[in-house]
Amino acid sequence: MNIVVAMKQIPDLQQIRIRNRKPVLDGVPAALGIIDKNALEAAVLIKESQGGKVIVLSAGNEEVEETVKEALAAGADEAFLVLDDELDGADGSVKALVLAEAIRKIEDVGLILFGEGSGDNYSGQVGSRVAELLGLPQVGYARSIEINDSSAVIVRSLEDGDEIIEVSLPVIVNVLGDINEPRIPSVTQILKAGKKLKEVLELEDLAIDLTGLPEINMVSNLAPETDRKQVKVSSVDELLQALKTEGVI
Amino acid sequence: MAGVLVYSTKQGLALELISAARKIDETVWAVSINDDNLAQALAAAGARVFKISNPDLTVADTGAVAAAIKQVLDKVNTDVVLLSSDRRGKELAGRLAQVIGAGCLTDVTAINVEGSKIECQRNALGGATIATQYIEGPKVIAIRPRAYEAAGAGNGSVEELAVEIKGAAIKVIDFKPKAADTVNIEAAEILVAVGQGLSDEAKLTDIQDLAARLGGEVACSKPLATDKKWLSEERIIGLSGKKCKPQLALLLGISGQVQFTVGIRDARVIAAINTDENAAINYMADYIMQADLHDVIKELNEKL
Repeated sequence: MNIVVAMKQIPDLQQIRIRNRKPVLDGVPAALGIIDKNALEAAVLIKESQGGKVIVLSAGNEEVEETVKEALAAGADEAFLVLDDELDGADGSVKALVLAEAIRKIEDVGLILFGEGSGDNYSGQVGSRVAELLGLPQVGYARSIEINDSSAVIVRSLEDGDEIIEVSLPVIVNVLGDINEPRIPSVTQILKAGKKLKEVLELEDLAIDLTGLPEINMVSNLAPETDRKQVKVSSVDELLQALKTEGVI
Repeated sequence: MAGVLVYSTKQGLALELISAARKIDETVWAVSINDDNLAQALAAAGARVFKISNPDLTVADTGAVAAAIKQVLDKVNTDVVLLSSDRRGKELAGRLAQVIGAGCLTDVTAINVEGSKIECQRNALGGATIATQYIEGPKVIAIRPRAYEAAGAGNGSVEELAVEIKGAAIKVIDFKPKAADTVNIEAAEILVAVGQGLSDEAKLTDIQDLAARLGGEVACSKPLATDKKWLSEERIIGLSGKKCKPQLALLLGISGQVQFTVGIRDARVIAAINTDENAAINYMADYIMQADLHDVIKELNEKL
């Protein structure tokens, strides 16, 4: 059984600076989505206990070929990439069509994993869209996954409790950020990652029509205004006095 | 466009969606799935409810729910859907959007109607920015809990609707309710929030003591609950936790990563106590004290 892990290349959020309330993305290095790494770890753990192959799937600009090495070092066996500048920052509806079509080209897929949301946009819609496109069942917010031959038992964590679900494979699962602790690859693994198999396609290699999709338009994207006082206090008494003056204690 | 369709499995959130929908259109349609009480409550708030009763349909099966809602949309001929951005709603949002060929925005904190556009605000870039976006064409918009007040009384109706569903793809074999910690940090006027600056779990009693003296609740940054498990996940402030608007947020040993601050930036007064004078949190605090939080807590507990 092959396990596909969809991973998104995002700007390294720690390195985004704000200037005049606008995010500065120039020169910010690319990274893989934080929760996507939990999805990868979940896949690698299943592979280690039950066999199979972990294939990391990503769609984006040409930098993805470099960014994805981190996933290959952390346990993915192969990468399946769709690279095109047009996919850089593309909407979820576009990404979903691309990912679904790519998954159709991969044999013997039993499990398709996503993170609960991408690190940058955290919209959480692409996995659901891919599930619909492929006509597969989906389970979101998974805190554990157990594979038994042709089915899986998955714990879906909701606000008010845990739902234990039985579902036949293949299935799409969005994992929670706290499902596991992703491993840190060793130097040897990082060196070997470059040699792992990468299948690279371009958009035109896929039989999909990206015209007529709904459009999401951006009116503005600004850091919230902060008008905090930023008053330094040097003692507990001073702090208490300030909070009393504010009328909050 | 003929009205707006709202759907949530939770009554409180569905009532909030009715309020949000009225900003867009007077006519509000709603769906209830195997839940008579929900149908009645939404009708009592003025919605025209389609009540679906079908033992083959479980709300745990996102694909089946999306297929059912599509059948409602075909009947009322609208292409604007509001969902709740809780976990059920977010999981459904993308799937329903794909079924009806819609654009989709989730975790929306506010909507504003500008002419024919429905402008939606949501956090972007991990919470560093607030994006204002609108969808051209059919729309599925998932709205964050408590972004709108629950709708008041109105004159709605309930109509039963039969839907066709394929066999269930998902079987719920058990449900384990969460152990009731039952704290609601979103309702607290005063929050005492701790982060990774807290040295050990035993010191939590001092934090709890301080919160009690102030008449507030204890909250925390995510690592304290998910990594260290010192506090329950209900107390997490931030992007993947709660968004809080207390009168006072006392932040102890919190560095102020944006994933945290997005959940507290609406507080009226923020006081931050931290050993790092360059901590990011200092830029969004009203009062900054550079000190060891353990000393400060001790002194606060003595003086309050």
